[in-house]
Amino acid sequence: MTNLTPIAEGLWTDGDAPQLIAGKRPDGKIVFPLPLGEAAKTMTLHPLAREGILWSWTRQDFKPKPPYDGPEEFKPFLVGYVELPGEVIVESHIVDAKLEDLSLGMPMEFVIIPFDDTRSTYAFRPKS
Amino acid sequence: MSDVYIIGAGIHKFGRTEGLSGRDQGVFAMRQALADAGVEWSDIQAAYGGSMAAGKADVMLNDLGLTGVPFVNVFNGCATGGSSLASARYAIASGEIDLAAAVGFDKHPRGAFAAQPSAYGLPEWYGQTGMMMTTQFFALKIQRYMAQFGISRTTLGRVAEKSFRNGSLAEHAWRRTPIALEQILESPMINDPLTKYMFCAPGEGGVALILASEKKVRELGADAVKISGLAVRSRPPGSFEVYAPGLDVEDGGKPTIMASKAAFEMAGIGPEDISVAQLQDTESGAEIMHMSENGFCKDGEQEQWLLEGRTEITGTLPVNTDGGCIACGEPIGATGLRQIYENTVQLRGRGGARQVPNSPKTAYSHVYGAPGMSGIAILEV
Repeated sequence: MTNLTPIAEGLWTDGDAPQLIAGKRPDGKIVFPLPLGEAAKTMTLHPLAREGILWSWTRQDFKPKPPYDGPEEFKPFLVGYVELPGEVIVESHIVDAKLEDLSLGMPMEFVIIPFDDTRSTYAFRPKS
Repeated sequence: MSDVYIIGAGIHKFGRTEGLSGRDQGVFAMRQALADAGVEWSDIQAAYGGSMAAGKADVMLNDLGLTGVPFVNVFNGCATGGSSLASARYAIASGEIDLAAAVGFDKHPRGAFAAQPSAYGLPEWYGQTGMMMTTQFFALKIQRYMAQFGISRTTLGRVAEKSFRNGSLAEHAWRRTPIALEQILESPMINDPLTKYMFCAPGEGGVALILASEKKVRELGADAVKISGLAVRSRPPGSFEVYAPGLDVEDGGKPTIMASKAAFEMAGIGPEDISVAQLQDTESGAEIMHMSENGFCKDGEQEQWLLEGRTEITGTLPVNTDGGCIACGEPIGATGLRQIYENTVQLRGRGGARQVPNSPKTAYSHVYGAPGMSGIAILEV
């Protein structure tokens, strides 16, 4: 996976234990993703926790229209929200699970996955 | 401040109409509304309207007549209809004018809506990775709600079953054939737990309303319906809305709850006083959650309400009496006004086969759309 390029720059940190990069407002509120433009100027970078709990989930059963840019041959994928307690709730692909395995509040962990042949993206999976 | 009334309502059939632009459907609806009100286009002193995908509304003047009327184009997503109605109401309430028109129409290509991240201030990767999807939002919202408050998949199916049954009784609806509960539950999954028949589809349609002051109502002897409450609210911080890659860990409320409260306050009545309601039903789950967000029941009570048929046309609180978005489809610029058209029909007792019994006196409508905006109107006779 090392030869895959991240889908966007600055979305997660480098290294063996990557973390999503959020912004911290002067009042302490955590915001994900890091906003574009003016709003970003008042924020400090805040790497997010790698573990959280499942907040909601669904499966994408049809191929989205562009700007979706996934593999030509579409396979349904799981998405959900994962709550990182005390920080923020992030929307994410969910991997290494079947729809029927998922339940409210189950422990999840962060992982980088292949998005297509050349790019990687982020996801969460049930904590082993 | 003058009270403001609806004295004319017109609609072009929702669905797919080949060879007719969205705007043409708006013109059709406007002519019907004018005839219903018994006034001419040249009598209209101000007009407000728009569409999401079918162009500017003021071009309608070429068809309706170049009377010099001030025509404000409204481009406000799902709140286009609600905002047009609110603007027309303000104009009359101010005492400046006595007769105004509000119009909404649209014509969308087939399939789910596709949005560009940059238009919503979001990074490109959010769209590229297939997460910027309205259908996913609704599925994610109801999935959590079902787990928290014990709503079953059967109840989701019952909502759609009612929509198609009511749609079969409404001339302007797109889907006019009842569909059995089993068929709804077994139709292809779009985003779990929501199946194909639980979703509305982008479509076409046009609606127009004529609004008048109290003075004008008396002058015309019109069959009038009073607008007693009206509120449009955008989202508060920490609310869970469409197109949100990240959410606040603290729930901050919802635009629907805020708009609903404001509209009830303005009307001086409460949810228990409402005889018929049109609630945003982008899909079955939305109707369920909006029942409680608008104050009609507590979270989780919907399971029992649907089982007992309380939201049927003959129930204690009929909901989406023309089949709502599920049966009528979703032409974004027209949906909000369709709800008000339907409520006007019901309060005037002109609902025919779908008429709510015992002469309803109060009607409520609620529209919701991206990126987190709600509009409420309360009508009374």
